[in-house]
Order: sequence, then structure tokens, then C-alpha cells
Amino acid sequence: MGLAIATLALMPAAGQQAATPQQPAAGQLGQSASQHALDIGQFPPYKPARLSDGHPDLNGYWQSLVTADWDVQDHEAQPGPKPEINGVYGAGPAGQSIVEGGEIPYRPEALAKKKKNFETRAMVDVSNDKTWHNLGDPEMKCYMPGVPRANYLPYPFRIVQSAGATYPYMLISYEYASATRIIRMNSKEEAPIPAWMGWSRGRWEGDTLVVDVTGFREETWFDRAGDYHSDELHVVERYTPVSPFHLMYEATIEDPKVFTRPWKIRFPLYRHMEQDFQLLEFKCQPFTEEMLYGRFVKRPGS
Amino acid sequence: MTHRSAVTLSIPVMVIAFGSLSLLMSQAPQTARKAAVEPQSKAATLPAATSAAPAAKPSGFRTPWGDPDFQGVWNDATSTPLQRPTGVASKDVLSEGEAEEFQDQLASNLSRDRRDGGAEVDVNRAYNEHWMDSRRLKVTADHRTSLIVDPPDGRIPPLVPISAERQKERDDRAAALARFNAGMPNTYLDFDLPIRCVVRTDMPPYMPIIYNNDLQIVQSPGYVVIAPEMIHSARIIPLDGRPHIGKNLHEWLGDSRGHWDGNTLVIETTNFRPDTNIFQEADAATFRLTERFTRVDAKTINYEYTVEDPHTWTRPWTVRIPWTRIDPTEQMYEYACYEDNYDVSHFLGGAREREKRGEVAQPIPHLPSVQ
Repeated sequence: MGLAIATLALMPAAGQQAATPQQPAAGQLGQSASQHALDIGQFPPYKPARLSDGHPDLNGYWQSLVTADWDVQDHEAQPGPKPEINGVYGAGPAGQSIVEGGEIPYRPEALAKKKKNFETRAMVDVSNDKTWHNLGDPEMKCYMPGVPRANYLPYPFRIVQSAGATYPYMLISYEYASATRIIRMNSKEEAPIPAWMGWSRGRWEGDTLVVDVTGFREETWFDRAGDYHSDELHVVERYTPVSPFHLMYEATIEDPKVFTRPWKIRFPLYRHMEQDFQLLEFKCQPFTEEMLYGRFVKRPGS
Repeated sequence: MTHRSAVTLSIPVMVIAFGSLSLLMSQAPQTARKAAVEPQSKAATLPAATSAAPAAKPSGFRTPWGDPDFQGVWNDATSTPLQRPTGVASKDVLSEGEAEEFQDQLASNLSRDRRDGGAEVDVNRAYNEHWMDSRRLKVTADHRTSLIVDPPDGRIPPLVPISAERQKERDDRAAALARFNAGMPNTYLDFDLPIRCVVRTDMPPYMPIIYNNDLQIVQSPGYVVIAPEMIHSARIIPLDGRPHIGKNLHEWLGDSRGHWDGNTLVIETTNFRPDTNIFQEADAATFRLTERFTRVDAKTINYEYTVEDPHTWTRPWTVRIPWTRIDPTEQMYEYACYEDNYDVSHFLGGAREREKRGEVAQPIPHLPSVQ
């Protein structure tokens, strides 16, 4: 207690940059937070709790609150693909862009595919293997969502972090479709084969977990608006603990086949604090079988 | 079981000392008082000042925070059958020479390249030897004749009479399997869960199958996570003594809670889905599964489970399967399944086409099990 009180007078007011950075004790909020309301999007200085290897402890159940799964860019409220059936149950909320600068820098010729994706987002075609993935949002078909989309789907996920000195792997387990990523810490190994969730290699930069993701399948999308990428997608994610209850998440997205330059998204992840919270199953395959395979089912009397 | 109170963060104390509640703290949920963040063991969290301190060397397969350490990629394949075959009924453990002969015989029975069943069986064996996990052709190192260690005869205990409702469910499943085996499925629901890509080897208890018997275990303070490669689900097992989820919630993988019994990890799993063909067609409502993991040496986990269900068996029974560590030479890859599951449309489309041609389902000879 003595130390905390003694440093109080040295702390800057909320929203101001500290002339001399003050390091709060592990796992504690900066004292500025206890004095002043914060500006939206600002966090006071924070020194996170650590595991025995000295790195911040990111273990927990996390979820975003952005509506970017509908559209990573600015979007108005929308009715959803089949309002005549679903009414408001199928509708999406409005939301502001999570893209730095607001817009995705598409190559001019790539925009047409995004528009076609959107128009055919709720259609499926399983009649011909070669066209299997041409139609429909992979999320609607319960396919693995890819990165970064998995982190702003409206489902929680758990970061499983051991202490890297003895076991250099982390897992991220997503409730949606039981998708799981293995993060190989300090690995130099290149992706051996394309994967829906990509090939994740992690490292620490100070208190930020940086995950370099390559080796993607080209079929995943960024959102229900049809935003997409090619097999040259390269994502660099940054997970930074900014309070005991928040991670700031950033991802830089690069794909020279589709975009004119790298672009960045940013939003906070929130820690689930409900008593005894856990992931429950969202094994969504059974919800899609009639949509995908119904045309091949034998009907009574047929 | 004291993880929840072993909190190293001191936010509430700090706030009281300053005499004012911050905006953030006044909004923090009630659980923040109990555990400001996650349940953590004290050993797991160091103050910031020692952030650069190297991790303690693990000894006796311990995690840095002191739990028994099961982390690694493991493989549970073996050809040793679940139940003791009649030919070796009198012996529970074989001599070296007997074990070799037993192994050869099992490998021959498991072979998908056998040509002794006639053309139709040949075609329906489908996968050839290429897919067979080579570890699947080896008996366990202790030369047991069955994976079942209790009852002592190595056999599944006698069944109890089951309800008419459950008998109908079993009959329906058998009929669906017969349609599938005859190449004439009516619906996607005629396929079993692995072919539908809902669950594969990830549904506990774990049993070796023809291929891909790899499982990764990652631990963090207060948790053990088991991630079988098929189908990319991570089974998250809390160790903090919390109760199971509510009785109206059901899961394909069940709801798991773990605790330590000395150096053994004990996992109790409940809340299996009643509409699912769970282990050996047990009754999900009364099925109880207890798994025990014990680290034997650098390369071996002793995996043992006991199942009981008064609606299915006359007594509990226990299975033991050794898990062998296979990393760092081998590692896990993504097992996408549903994303390219052409099989279902091919099977169903083929069946509808055959119907158009006037074909009807013909029962085919029983296939040798490869499971």
C-alpha cells in the first residue's frame, strides 16, 4: 500500500501523456483510472499480471463487441438475406468501421468479386466439387472462419497459454464451429500446407503477443458483406493487455493480389466475467445439412 | 481447489485505500471481488519486477506452476482390441513370442488390403493400407490381450435389458447403417457422426481408430486442454472445483471437470447429448465417465477410464490405453472435415440416381470392424 500511495502524486491525469512513464504494480490499473473517467478508446498505463516465464498472462475467455462480422467497414442496420422468413431475427445491427482510415484498399478489379460475394452470400452449390466454394459465406456453411474473422465473430473464445519456457505452444479455442488454432511460439517453420485457420507463429514484443499468420486457404471471408482475400493473405496480429479485463487487438492485413497496400483493423477484446463462464458447444454442422444436402434427401412418397 | 481465492491482484484493496471508486471498478462485475481476473495459482504469477526471471526447471514432469505436466502431442494407437478375443480367453498377458503372433494376427485382421471377402466386401473396405496408422498395428507394450482391464475377463460386462424406446433407437441406427453400407442412404442423418464431420476422435473416452490418433495437451494455471486433431475441437477442462453446467445443457463432448488425485489427473464428464450415439450406445442420462491420466515416463501417459451406466451394463468397467508422446518429431495439423465433405452429397446423390434406375438396397455381408 505504501508504494501505491507514494506514487499517486506522480501519476498524470487521465488522457494525458505521462512525462515520465510510471509503471503500476503487476496486474493493477494505473491510478489515473481511479481518479477520472476515461476517454472512449483510451486506457491508462497498465502493467499486466504475468506467468512464470515473465510474459503477460493472456489466459481467459475473450470476445469482441464490434459488429464487424456483418461488415468490417461502416455499415447501416440491414435486414439480412431472407427477411420474408426471418424478419428481425435475421437482421444485422449498424456499426462503425474497424478498418484504420475507414475503408479497405481494394484493387479496382477486386471490388467486383466482393460485390458478387455479397449478392450470393446466402446461396450454396454442392453439386460440383469444382464450384463447391464459389457461392455462399463460409460462416453460413459452418466452415472454419479464418483469421482475423474468428476474433470478431459474435462468439467467445479462450486463449490457452502455458509458460513458454517449458512448452512453446499456445492454443486459441473458438466456440464457433469448435475451431482451434495452435500458435507456435518463436517457430521458424513455414506453413506446410494451406489451412482454414492459417499457420500461426507467435512471439513477444514487450507485453504484446504478436502472431504472424500465413498459409491460408483462399476460401475464408472477412465478413458477411463479402470482403475476401486470396491465398496470399498474410495477417500479423497484436494482442496487448490494456487492463485486467481487456486486450487491445490489432491486425495488419496484407494481400497484394486483392489489396493495393496493407491495412489495419483494431478493436478491444473483453474478458468474460460471468460466474463459472465457459465455452459451450456451437457445433453448427447439423444446422446446415438440410441447406447443403437437402436436395439429395429421399422424401416420403418420392 | 483453492485457485479461486489465490488471487494476486489487489485492485479492490487499492481502491478502498484511495477512498474512491473508479469508474472502471464500479462497473466491474461481482466476480472481480473474488478473482480479479482468472483463477490462478500463486506460483503462476510473478510481480512485474521479476518479469525477466527465467522459468524454473521442471522436475518430475511438473509445469512451472507445479501441476503434473502432460503437455505434448500424444498418440493412442494400438492394435490391442478393446475386448479379449476368444482365442486367447484364458490369458490376460502374453509372453513375448505369443504377443508377436497375436500382433501379426491382429494386423492381418485390420488390413484393408485383404482380398478374401469377394468383390463387394473388397470395394466396401474402401480405404487401403495407405491410411492405416502404423502404430495401429502394434499391441501394447505390456502385451495385454485386451484394453479392458476390469472385469478381469477383459470383456464388456453383460448388458441389462433396455427400454423399448432405446431398443427402437438402436434398431433405427442399425437400419441407417445398413442403408449406408448398401450405398443407399435416405438422408444425411443415415451417416454416423464422424462422416457428418460433427465429432470424430474428439468425443471422450478416447479410443484408437484406423488413422490420426494424435492428441495435443496444453495446460495453463487452473486448466488442462485436450485437443485431438479430429475434429479440431479443444476440450477445456477447468480444475477449480466449479459445478457442472446445468442439467438442461447437453454437449456432444459432454461437460468435463478435472481434479488432481496425487499426480493423477481425474476428469469426470457429464451432460452428454441424449440424441447422440454416445459411447457403446449407453444411455446419456445415466452414463458416467471417469478418466484418469498418469504420467509414467517422458514418453508415456497411462490413460485409464471407467464407464458405468446402470441402464446399459450390469457393472462398471475399466479400459487402459497407453499414450505415446510423438513430438517434437511429429506435430499437429489442421483437420478440416466439414469444409470439403463431398462424401455426403456423393453418397446421397448416388443413392437417388440408383433409385431412378430402379435399384433397391441390397444387404451386404458384415464388414470387419476397423474401429
